[in-house]
Amino acid sequence: MSAARKRVLPRKPPARMLALPKEARHTRAELFHERELRRIIDGALLLAKSTGADETEVHVDEVDDSLTRFANNAIHQNVAEHGLTVSVRTVVDGRTARATTNRIDEDSLRGAIDASLSLAHSQPKDPHLLPVPGKQRYRKVDRFARPTAALTPDDRARAVRRACDIAIKRGQVAAGIFASGQSQTAIGNSRGLFAAYRETHAEFSVTMQEQPAASWAKANSANVRDFDPQKLAERASEKAHRATNAQELPPGRYTVILEPSAVLDIVGFLFYDFAATALADKRSCLNDRIGKQVFGKNITVVDDAYHPLQLGAPFDGEGMPRERVLLVDGGVPKNLVYSRASAKAAKKKPTGHGFALPNEYGEAPMNLVFGGGKASLEEMIASTERGLLVTRLWYIREVDPYEKVMTGMTRDGLFLVEKGKVGAAVRNFRFNQSVLEMLRNVELLGPAVRATGEEAFEMVVPAMKVRDFHFSEVTKF
Amino acid sequence: MWDLSAHALDTARLRGAKYADMRVMHLRQRDLTTKNGQVGTLAQSESIGLGIRVLASGAWGFASTDRMTREGVSACAAQAVAIAKASAIAKRKDVVMAPEEAYIDSWQSPFRKDPFEIPLETQLALLLAADAEMRRVKGVTLTETDLQFRKIDSWFASSIGSRIHQRKMISGCGIAATAFQGEEIQKRSYPNSFGGQHALQGYELVESLELLKHAPRVAEEAVALHSAAQCPQKTGTLILGGSQLGLQIHESVGHPIELDRVLGEEANFAGTSFLTLDKLNKLRYGSDIVNVVADARLEHGPGLGSFAYDDEGVPAQCTDIIKAGEFRGYLSNRETAHLVGLKRSSGTMRTESWNRLPIIRMTNISLLPGTWRSEDLIADTDDGILMETNRSWSIDDRRYQFQFSTEIGWEIKDGKKARMLKNPSYSGITTEFWNSCDAICGADEWVLWGTPNCGKGQPMQTMGTGHGASPSRFRNINIGAAFSKS
Repeated sequence: MSAARKRVLPRKPPARMLALPKEARHTRAELFHERELRRIIDGALLLAKSTGADETEVHVDEVDDSLTRFANNAIHQNVAEHGLTVSVRTVVDGRTARATTNRIDEDSLRGAIDASLSLAHSQPKDPHLLPVPGKQRYRKVDRFARPTAALTPDDRARAVRRACDIAIKRGQVAAGIFASGQSQTAIGNSRGLFAAYRETHAEFSVTMQEQPAASWAKANSANVRDFDPQKLAERASEKAHRATNAQELPPGRYTVILEPSAVLDIVGFLFYDFAATALADKRSCLNDRIGKQVFGKNITVVDDAYHPLQLGAPFDGEGMPRERVLLVDGGVPKNLVYSRASAKAAKKKPTGHGFALPNEYGEAPMNLVFGGGKASLEEMIASTERGLLVTRLWYIREVDPYEKVMTGMTRDGLFLVEKGKVGAAVRNFRFNQSVLEMLRNVELLGPAVRATGEEAFEMVVPAMKVRDFHFSEVTKF
Repeated sequence: MWDLSAHALDTARLRGAKYADMRVMHLRQRDLTTKNGQVGTLAQSESIGLGIRVLASGAWGFASTDRMTREGVSACAAQAVAIAKASAIAKRKDVVMAPEEAYIDSWQSPFRKDPFEIPLETQLALLLAADAEMRRVKGVTLTETDLQFRKIDSWFASSIGSRIHQRKMISGCGIAATAFQGEEIQKRSYPNSFGGQHALQGYELVESLELLKHAPRVAEEAVALHSAAQCPQKTGTLILGGSQLGLQIHESVGHPIELDRVLGEEANFAGTSFLTLDKLNKLRYGSDIVNVVADARLEHGPGLGSFAYDDEGVPAQCTDIIKAGEFRGYLSNRETAHLVGLKRSSGTMRTESWNRLPIIRMTNISLLPGTWRSEDLIADTDDGILMETNRSWSIDDRRYQFQFSTEIGWEIKDGKKARMLKNPSYSGITTEFWNSCDAICGADEWVLWGTPNCGKGQPMQTMGTGHGASPSRFRNINIGAAFSKS
């Protein structure tokens, strides 16, 4: 499957436009240059034009990721991947469809275009389909950190070794990941729109087990120098030691102090409720609640792709610039996010939150930032007569979509707080808790930080002290 | 393809690998959806690449590439060896693999109608017709339908001499109606929630499920749920429909028996398991009538966990997991088999794609049929609740405590199906739950359900698994806790 052409094109575009990047120019740990992405896109646009598409949009996505995984105090999996995909959406006579390939030779691109056209032709005309947008202007964001891109398997292995050594020294067992990588995305269309974005990402996550207990710490950033794997391992180790000898408490309503990861993983389930399409489909918990005092007055949420702690492209799946949107102000849901289509239907302006077309979900805010407060975790603990300190939540699923009742478990460190002090470890609980109610019961907020968990994508959220959090059952550890 | 694979394996060997295996995979997928009478997603994708796993310096390395040239696969193999040598910086002991024979084979999953050859217009017409049928019902506020087809070719080669080509055809479809009224959202799906039924079949699966026929009922039930009584909170008798029981098996049997999880290899992400090695052949997992197997062979059925060879080149097998209630077996691979006294892997290494490392995965984890018929089961139940079609699922990270809710429930009173119940849920502890099973319906009602979206591993891999189940009854179950307020 080389870039060699296998057949003569019936309507051959100029060769210079099809001068796709050669493999020899592409070395590992070095993404294609933006001009090469543009050349792929221009080549595909020209091919599509020659096959009769009225309009065309092309996405190119490239990843170069590595992940070192460890368990039982040793590396057991260690992987690397490189991949590039070209996704073509054609429009013909008011119909649209998408086809994707991971080959960039001319035949493969032509095959994707043909598949897209064939899919498009198969459906009824869409009276709501908008023309592709024209050129846009974008705010610049810089989320590419050379130290992350330069990280080697040996660098990751040595950091893992140090984390494992901490565990071994304390009679514990370490497990986790150290991941690093770089990725980029570019979009172009037949009306001249072009946008490109690249970022690096690094993540360290560690679980320390001191049977039968465990605890956990995790960090994620564009720059690997923003966190210290050893400190994360130390923190998880110390907490795992304190988590042994857990006592069983009865289920019920407790005041909880949720660390940022715990907050993230439960409030993260709210993100799609702010999509205009979700409200139009009547599947959002905010139907009939916009403009009302749904949350406590201390809750403010924005979607802000430009926040310094956020990652992600400054444009959406159609290439529209992402805008900062105030979603919740003083506990009142004020605004939604819109794709071009949902904006037109609602007579609003698009906010740059659309997914790549065609899709049935419309849009969503992907860069949520919760307003924080000034209370430190220590102050939250000191102010608590009786409550629970929650490290993280796990396996969260939606029980009631309108009241936004979520179920899930506590995990990796649940501690009793009594008379302002952290006390004994407690056996893990199952919760069934409305997120709407939870965000009405927030008593204290910590400073907002970039939080990372396992259930929701990364957001900027504070630690929270919440009254009357509902635990329904208890497990065996 | 075999030339490239030989080149990759040679490169790995020359760079110092003691063992290597590689997979070239070509994945083709088509997705069609509708929403409220309009086409939603209409997309097709294709991906081809190579992943190579090597054992060097006693440790593992894996690299993947989409550069399908001799230079590309050479660089990829060299990278895998370099990564394995880096792994050795933090190793505790050398990896040891159970012996396995070399196989040269080619296999294709049987199907009658290639979905990629069925006209798109026919496929979309079916979805739009089902969508229209649901929208005819007053009170329905959202209708959704979907079709998904996948064709996967994989070429496996290993340094012990195996060369195996497999082709799988996978089809899936489903419909759903949602009704928003007052302060509630209610939803019904067919034949299952979260994308419907999926199987190792062609378009004949879609035709057999008769989406159009079921569309009106699905929509009517979504609306009717708003007038239904709330499921009570109590301890009582529970009858589970087959699809919900399939997910119960997945979460409370399938995941706990993964040997990598048991050994702590998933401790940081998916969690561990209560099924520690000391419990093998000793734990009373379920009641005497509970028999569960892990069966990847095609004779078990066209499940999402059916294949001829796993992604480590080990032939498909059937393993007893629970026999007459006793815990009998784990899911293992060539690296872990010896830890449970096995001379050979149970053949459960699977990978999502060419760019992912094979890991231990469920195949078809099925509860074998019993002897009851549904009508007899209901007639035999004085007071109980029948729950059907999953709505939410959650279980702790050692797989003890679970909670499920379903889309719909039915009160069973004096041996008869009585009123409809909304917001049903149940919860419990895994072994207590399976030990409370006192009736399992027979082979006529046994369906091999497909779970297409099982997530595991880092980087995350999504895998399809199969779960054979028939309606079954459980006693003294905690019902309704999900909606309790105190």
